[in-house]
Amino acid sequence: MSATDPQRQFEQVVMPHLDAAYNLARWLAGNDHDAEDITQEASLRAFRFLSGFRGGNSRSWLLTIVRNTAYTWLKQNRPQAVVSIADDELLEIEDPEATKSHSSALHNADRDVLRAALEQLPTEFREVLILRELEGLSYKEISEVADAPIGTVMSRLARARKQLQEFLARKGELQ
Amino acid sequence: MNCHEIHPLLHAYVDSELDLMPSLEVDRHLKTCANCSAMKRSLESLRANLRNRDLAYRAPNALRARIRETVAATTEEKPQRTSRPWVWQLLTLGALGFAVFTLMFQPSGISGQDRLADEAISDHVRSLMPGHLMDVVSTDQHTVKPWFNGRIDFAPEVKDLAAQGFPLVGGRLDYLDNQTVAALVYHRNKHTINAFVWPAKTAATTTIQERRGYTVINRDVNGLHYCIVSDLNAKELQEFGNLLTQ
Repeated sequence: MSATDPQRQFEQVVMPHLDAAYNLARWLAGNDHDAEDITQEASLRAFRFLSGFRGGNSRSWLLTIVRNTAYTWLKQNRPQAVVSIADDELLEIEDPEATKSHSSALHNADRDVLRAALEQLPTEFREVLILRELEGLSYKEISEVADAPIGTVMSRLARARKQLQEFLARKGELQ
Repeated sequence: MNCHEIHPLLHAYVDSELDLMPSLEVDRHLKTCANCSAMKRSLESLRANLRNRDLAYRAPNALRARIRETVAATTEEKPQRTSRPWVWQLLTLGALGFAVFTLMFQPSGISGQDRLADEAISDHVRSLMPGHLMDVVSTDQHTVKPWFNGRIDFAPEVKDLAAQGFPLVGGRLDYLDNQTVAALVYHRNKHTINAFVWPAKTAATTTIQERRGYTVINRDVNGLHYCIVSDLNAKELQEFGNLLTQ
């Protein structure tokens, strides 16, 4: 094997998903500088473990490494950001009357307000929304990346959307 | 279905993650229920806003370049060793000395392969002590496989071999050959089988050893090394090995 083989594999398996990797790191870290550090470290870890990648979904594989790298970083540098949420395995049964406040449609919400709305979410809620809405991952893929059962993914997604709607309602973005 | 039954399904419905039958139920309910329809519309508009407002960040080009450079530097490290500062040369020399030392004092007659087999048997025996066998107990391959995600940096294939008489009972992390490895636990009648899996360093040929009443199979498949240990007879364990790694 020539020395360029691992490099070629890296170009095929890792580099095509670098935007996705950076996007997740950026939303978890909250700023450009730390997101770049996390993405770089995760990419190099991916390079070292390329031999362990056996084909299949390279994006989920890379995002799993990015997420682990980001959480390790967060635990060291911002432990308050990773306080675990008690997950309800079952979706909350909502009272139809109580949901009226956020059951109105959202038309062209301001981009900065949406950003702020996502940023104020707990990390574990934010990541499922980023993976679902911005990266288009399936529930199963999210459950692999976020290391949580599908039921937990569904519950986090529902609660994240509810919190987002409540935040937007407070900001007057809901019509 | 009433509103209370529909609400938990709405998210999976708008995410197109609902199976056909429940999806049809939701369709039917939405036709007659204004409140649930409004909830569905608000979820859809929230989703559309998140997707269409260009909220995703893109990796800066400078970062791409930096990652490529570092990867290139890592792969070129070996031929460049002579140009490294003297500290590296000293370290290399030290490592070489250590390697010679270990080789010289290695008990003669025990090959690396036998040592690995002994180590694997020890892990296997330890795993049989109460409370040591499994970290994740599940007969479902779809529970065991994701469990390893994020705990190790490779993805062992977890097969359900119950139909072939080797039910999956769970998995755990173990330590073997100086690294953290995945351990898959299967049963055959009253026998426990440990299949240790880690990324293969070289493509070695398959070996079967019998030591201390245990059978140990080592095999490399698709870049992964499998070390399978049990007190099961060699013939049946081979059958299991073939099923697991085919």
